[in-house]
Amino acid sequence: MLLSYLKIAWKVLLRRKFFTFISLFGISFTLMVLLVVYSLFDHFLGPHYPETRNNRMLYANFLNMRFKSGGNQNSPPSYYLLNRFVRTLKEPELISISSQFAPASAYISGKKLKLDLKYTDAPFWQLLEFNFLEGKPYTEPDVRSAAHVAVINEATARQYFGLSRGVVGKTIELDQTRYRVTGVVADVPGMRINTYADVWVPISLSTEDLQRTEFTGNHVALLLAKSPADVEQMEAEFDRMVRAIPNPDPKNIEQINFHADRMLASIVRPLTGTYNTSKGLTMFYSAISLLTLLFMLLPALNLVNVNVSRIMERSSEIGVRKAFGATSGALVRQFLVENIFLTLVGAVVGLALAWGSLQLLSNSSLVPYAQFGLNWRIFGWGLFISLGFGLLSGVYPAYKMSRLQAVQALRSANSSK
Amino acid sequence: MENILTQTTARPQATAPAPVTSAQPVIQLREIEKIYQTKTIETVALNRVNLTINKGEFVSIMGPSGCGKSTLLSIMGLLDEPSGGVIELDGRPVQAYSDRELAALRNQKIGFVFQSYHLINDLSVLDNVELPLLYRPGVGGKQRRERAYAALDKVGLSARTGHFPSQLSGGQRQRVAIARALAGRPEIILADEPTGNLDSVMGEEIMELLLNLNRQEGTTIVMVTHDEQQARRTQRLIRFFDGSQVS
Ligand SMILES: Nc1ncnc2c1ncn2[C@@H]1O[C@H](COP(=O)(O)OP(=O)(O)OP(=O)(O)O)[C@@H](O)[C@H]1O
Ligand SMILES: [Mg+2]
Repeated sequence: MLLSYLKIAWKVLLRRKFFTFISLFGISFTLMVLLVVYSLFDHFLGPHYPETRNNRMLYANFLNMRFKSGGNQNSPPSYYLLNRFVRTLKEPELISISSQFAPASAYISGKKLKLDLKYTDAPFWQLLEFNFLEGKPYTEPDVRSAAHVAVINEATARQYFGLSRGVVGKTIELDQTRYRVTGVVADVPGMRINTYADVWVPISLSTEDLQRTEFTGNHVALLLAKSPADVEQMEAEFDRMVRAIPNPDPKNIEQINFHADRMLASIVRPLTGTYNTSKGLTMFYSAISLLTLLFMLLPALNLVNVNVSRIMERSSEIGVRKAFGATSGALVRQFLVENIFLTLVGAVVGLALAWGSLQLLSNSSLVPYAQFGLNWRIFGWGLFISLGFGLLSGVYPAYKMSRLQAVQALRSANSSK
Repeated sequence: MENILTQTTARPQATAPAPVTSAQPVIQLREIEKIYQTKTIETVALNRVNLTINKGEFVSIMGPSGCGKSTLLSIMGLLDEPSGGVIELDGRPVQAYSDRELAALRNQKIGFVFQSYHLINDLSVLDNVELPLLYRPGVGGKQRRERAYAALDKVGLSARTGHFPSQLSGGQRQRVAIARALAGRPEIILADEPTGNLDSVMGEEIMELLLNLNRQEGTTIVMVTHDEQQARRTQRLIRFFDGSQVS
């Protein structure tokens, strides 16, 4: 029975190319976009290299100051603020302070090479899980003594030295400063904004005045909790610490909003302007859910519409099958199998399309060093949702039709011809 | 389920006296009414029809267009429900059957031939003919194919099994429809103007086929026709006028 249902499903597919195309396009395209968008999203936020432990991490990279005059100032925090106050926290297992990456230039045989440079402390290399292809990170004594050393990524090794291995101990010159390479790491994707760079050097070499006592600057602190369960405590301690910071300018500054957030929240907070509360994430999730729903709605409605008219079109078939002994259950089962089959074909096509687009995205240099992959969980959800719509939209009209007396189904087939 | 289908309780003869060949009724209609209610008018398609079809009979039904012949056949074939009255199949009122049992009756006892063929266009000739067997429990794929081939052979279409309905002539389509009705080896064939869309030569062939089926296999046949000559070749002719039997 199942085999003959599948046979019919397959024949209907082939003989109604236009209908098939529309249905499949809706399902495939939706699934593809879902998969691609999620993959991008996941690349920003997932526990990926080198922030593999980001379920234990908080990011303090955004500061908001409200002035008595009514104005606002948004900026990353300064090294001073992070070093003087955040460093004192007891909860974190590790605390790392680094600058935001900034462009620097190198020259090889007269050709300019633009590289992104980041100043970090030594815990940076312990807190994050970099993949050292050779050599090792610079150490606490290196940072304290402001040694001219650097960790570079593989792409830089290849571009600057023409080698991907064997460059440890060689010298790289950036913005007229020479550094000795201590290690080479695998490339970090560009959307890991808190850790990404081409070249990392000790923060003590920073060209900025790190002693400057203003709160605004261009640094970021990464905090690693002892376990995922400890993150909340760490966050609470951070908030207590912020409340204890003396107002540096009580005459002008009304309030200082400074938080340590999980990765997603650290991005959402400045976007939503929720400097003071944790409502931003809720807002963000609502917006995302709404968008996804709207996005799914169109192909879903299309599928419903196509299915309904397809079944109406086949009322003659339903009448004939009833006349020759099909029960309502058998008819509903038949359309169920057809819809599942169709949806699965659409899903496979969607999967292939998504894979192709992600491959294209990865190979394009849109985001440096990004490698996008398919997410099977999202594929599963997309498939589940499409199946749900496929079933609902196919089975309900099939059920209605199967309840008709056979003559009615046959007659409506005649009059529609 | 098997028992209700083979059950043949003898019943006293219904009111309408008919020139019976054997006195074993298979279908009995008592006071059957069918009323179509639309917004503007009420159509009485069947008005208290009493009719008995006996086992092995070949009955033809004639009457002007719109007098209720198709309606009658649909009700006999359990494709439609009457507004009033009782249908008995093998002496048992069909109102007593569940939906599933009715489906089984349609599947095993009755073969329908429609005026406008009603073949499934997406299926090949062979798959169309296999259809009744698809809904019969215990018939495997191999057996289905064999029986469908045999039925197609009977109607002289064994060379066209792979064709689709759209690739056939009207006569060929009607023969496929007949093969489909035969494939399930039903006791009763209900044919609604099986030759209505065909030329006289083709019509004659179909008529021969039905006559043979009735004579050789003892299949009970009820056929609606507009052709006096065809009607006269059957054992009994029933004339209808305005929803009632007139002879
Ligand atoms: N679904 C329906 N709704 C309303 N009236 C109907 C419906 N089906 C049939 N009728 C009416 O019932 C009457 C009998 O119709 P039926 O189709 O049984 O006639 P018929 O004898 O088969 O005619 P023909 O020889 O043209 O096929 C007609 O008057 C028709 O208009
Ligand atoms: Mg008719």
